[in-house]
Amino acid sequence: MSNHPITLTVNKSPYSLSVAAHHTLLDVLRDDLGLTGTNEGCRMGDCGACTVHLNQLRVPSCLVLAVNADGADVQTIEGLAGETTGEHHPLQEAFINRGALQCGFCTPGMIMSAAAILDEIPERPLSEAAIREALAGNLCRCTGYAKIIEAILEVANG
Amino acid sequence: MGDSWIGKRVPKRDAAAKTTGTIIYGHDLRRPGMLHGKILRSPFPFAKIIRINTERAAAVPGVKAILTGEDVPDTRIGLGRDNPILNRHVVRRVGDEVAAVAATSMDAALEAISLIDVTYEPLPAILDASEALKAEALLIHDTRTSNLHDKRSYVHGDPDAALLEADVVVEDTFLIPYVAPTPMEPSVVIAEFDADGELTVYTTNQAPYLMQYELGQAVEMPPGRIRIKQTAIGGAFGRGLDVYPFEAVAVLLAQATRQPVRIAYDRQEEFLAAPLRQPVKVTIKTGALKDGTLWVRDARALLDIGAYASLGTVIPVVMAQVVGSLYRVPHARYEADLVYTNNPVTGAMRGFGGPQATLFVEAQMDRLAVALGMDPLSFRLQNANRPDETTPQGLKISTCGLKECLEMVGSMRDKHKEPSPPGKRRGIGFAATLNVGGGARMHRSDGSGVIVKVDDFGQVTITTGSTEIGQGTDVVLSQIVAETLGVSISAVRFVNGDTGVAPWDVGAHASRTTFVAGNAALQAAEEARRQILETAAELLKVDTGELVMRDGSVYVRGRPELGLPLDKIMRARHFRKDGQIVQAQGWYDPPNEQVGSDMVGNLSATYSFGAQAIEVEVDTETGQVKVLRVRTANDVGRVINPMLVEGQLEGGIHMGLGYALSETLFVEGGQVQNNSFREYGIFTAFDMPPIEIQNLETHDPLGPFGAKGVGEIGVAPVAPAVLNAIYDAVGIRLNRIPARPEMVLDALETLQSNDRTSR
Repeated sequence: MSNHPITLTVNKSPYSLSVAAHHTLLDVLRDDLGLTGTNEGCRMGDCGACTVHLNQLRVPSCLVLAVNADGADVQTIEGLAGETTGEHHPLQEAFINRGALQCGFCTPGMIMSAAAILDEIPERPLSEAAIREALAGNLCRCTGYAKIIEAILEVANG
Repeated sequence: MGDSWIGKRVPKRDAAAKTTGTIIYGHDLRRPGMLHGKILRSPFPFAKIIRINTERAAAVPGVKAILTGEDVPDTRIGLGRDNPILNRHVVRRVGDEVAAVAATSMDAALEAISLIDVTYEPLPAILDASEALKAEALLIHDTRTSNLHDKRSYVHGDPDAALLEADVVVEDTFLIPYVAPTPMEPSVVIAEFDADGELTVYTTNQAPYLMQYELGQAVEMPPGRIRIKQTAIGGAFGRGLDVYPFEAVAVLLAQATRQPVRIAYDRQEEFLAAPLRQPVKVTIKTGALKDGTLWVRDARALLDIGAYASLGTVIPVVMAQVVGSLYRVPHARYEADLVYTNNPVTGAMRGFGGPQATLFVEAQMDRLAVALGMDPLSFRLQNANRPDETTPQGLKISTCGLKECLEMVGSMRDKHKEPSPPGKRRGIGFAATLNVGGGARMHRSDGSGVIVKVDDFGQVTITTGSTEIGQGTDVVLSQIVAETLGVSISAVRFVNGDTGVAPWDVGAHASRTTFVAGNAALQAAEEARRQILETAAELLKVDTGELVMRDGSVYVRGRPELGLPLDKIMRARHFRKDGQIVQAQGWYDPPNEQVGSDMVGNLSATYSFGAQAIEVEVDTETGQVKVLRVRTANDVGRVINPMLVEGQLEGGIHMGLGYALSETLFVEGGQVQNNSFREYGIFTAFDMPPIEIQNLETHDPLGPFGAKGVGEIGVAPVAPAVLNAIYDAVGIRLNRIPARPEMVLDALETLQSNDRTSR
């Protein structure tokens, strides 16, 4: 299996890597860069646990071949908190305070999806129905989504 | 007193680590020198293994060890003690373990697995439980005399006579399918030996102390030389309550290579190899007297436990409990045949038999009410369990708010129901549930140990054997200890997940952790408090009775100027001649009984109750059932953390709605056909209806601060309430779940043609 050189910017840090042709962006983030906050739930793009921002758009990183991400700007859950202050992103704060997580395995993907949704849908107040539809690609087995939706609504609408 | 921590919406202690992605799950953990293990699984449901050739696999660069059945101890793993670690001569299910590889990379392990050549001789597979019981059926386990694993039978009163006495009897046969716990994190294990030969297993297992013993038996090691360490666990729902071959395989690969070995399932393997909720075929009769008295239940179930028994063998205990004790029922019988087949392995999943049994019991309560000409809610109210009574089964019900819960959800009907849009019909259905709320003695011990240490800086550390799977043991025990010691929650550290350090606990199952570990934490905190007050009384020269603990200090009651901070007291106690530290222990084993083969006895120290009302909208053109809203009212004792209790209920209802309407594993030829999330169908955020939660707070005399268990109570009533709501909407009675559109349409067509005939 051949390896290919790529460059990536991940959470504002540049990387030059040699990646196997069949490895995904998820593999590179987790195994090569040690960014294990992005979780692997299905490897088929069904569950959303591996959601990251690729050039400012949310993607399941298990569906992106690492070679296809060459040159891309990637943001993961580890890069979402305040860069200089280390303070939590408002979504992280709302998820914590509203109990929007249990086992937490879907949480980084949920939050990355939610952060993108806040940009994707400009209307305010953001409606609950719009969030539910936009979040349908992120599965959670613990919470029934109720508190996740509450947390996102709080951040969107204050 | 300062602010109380009980009843507060305190975030989970691990919430920041989980929202920032810094927590380490089993799938995240890497050990130095770690190898990747992979298991070769059978493609056949039943076959002889003729020969295995590993030569080509061994030649793959990076391969460090290959094991087949000949290389591993010929022991049997799992609760049924019937599951070989690697099969030598025969495979009994699709996915059965045949060989295993450890390699320096996952790629190498996958390649090597694909190059192991196995010659099988397929046998006629037994894929139906009733076929398995026929005399001519092949034996799935040739050490046994039949494929009947076990026969369980429960009875009270005289059901045969009662069925004759009853004025109205309904009878139905229900078919309940396979579903999967499928937590978001698939199964994973890492096994590692140290230089002295002690084994550490990093795991997402839910019952680490049982695992320590079971794994020791399987790999022929003294359990005392095994240390189980739980990583953060990405969900469990019963999946991790037994020990399965992959865990023993990892140990044996680590032993063979003297390197740490990791085996991590992907989602397909999780659907293929992890235990499923047991399917049920049941015929049940329920009878009542014409005054509305529930009189008798009589159920006969056929349980397909799959190729290996695992926890499938004890599921009937909980089913019998629902049949025998949900509502007052003077006569009841539950008989179950547990049958081996070449189908997937079944085991525990949230509710542990309760969801299946509540489905058929509560569907029949509705039908019986209609047959009696009674309102389904009034019929339930008339027969509801009451506080302070012992059921004929021996369940000692102390606190019980079932009647109030039914009334709370019943008012959903009072609200003006919006008229159904054209082509759609709306209806409301009800169901109730009874669940163990004070532990459940499934093993000889139902205990839990907690150590509370207070250090020289006034920092409190809880060390507990209890398991955190997302439910919130971390914060609940912290709240109990903080409340008792009058300290801030941030002054409490939570440590668990290491059998080498923490005291014993039977595991996270049966909604038991708040009740059992909570009582142990309370006991330990009270002892720590006693020791702290003893020293404070000396220093302040007052009686301990005059002291209060709050805000991290000890004060003399009524004299706030006279106080000492905790750290000062601790140092004064420690750094002196004959000094002492504070390290208190609590051990709580609830006053409940392990039930015998008759399934009679007080399994739990207390019981939780709940009721649900669900409104659905049935599209009569497409058969689509949409859930419009769910209202749930529950008696779970005093609520220690409302946010977590809501989370348990919302999550349980989510799982119940999937059970009712969308989730099912299609198993054909012994093979799971839909082994992905996309094809399996758990509810998304888009599918979920609004959930309205009302908690009736009873105060349980045995619960920590009055609390009872809540973990499983949300799930069981959902599916029957949905079926009952579908009837209310369109008049069809479904005896199967999930109520997929094609099934609903078929039933609607049958109903219409019957109507035409009768006209």
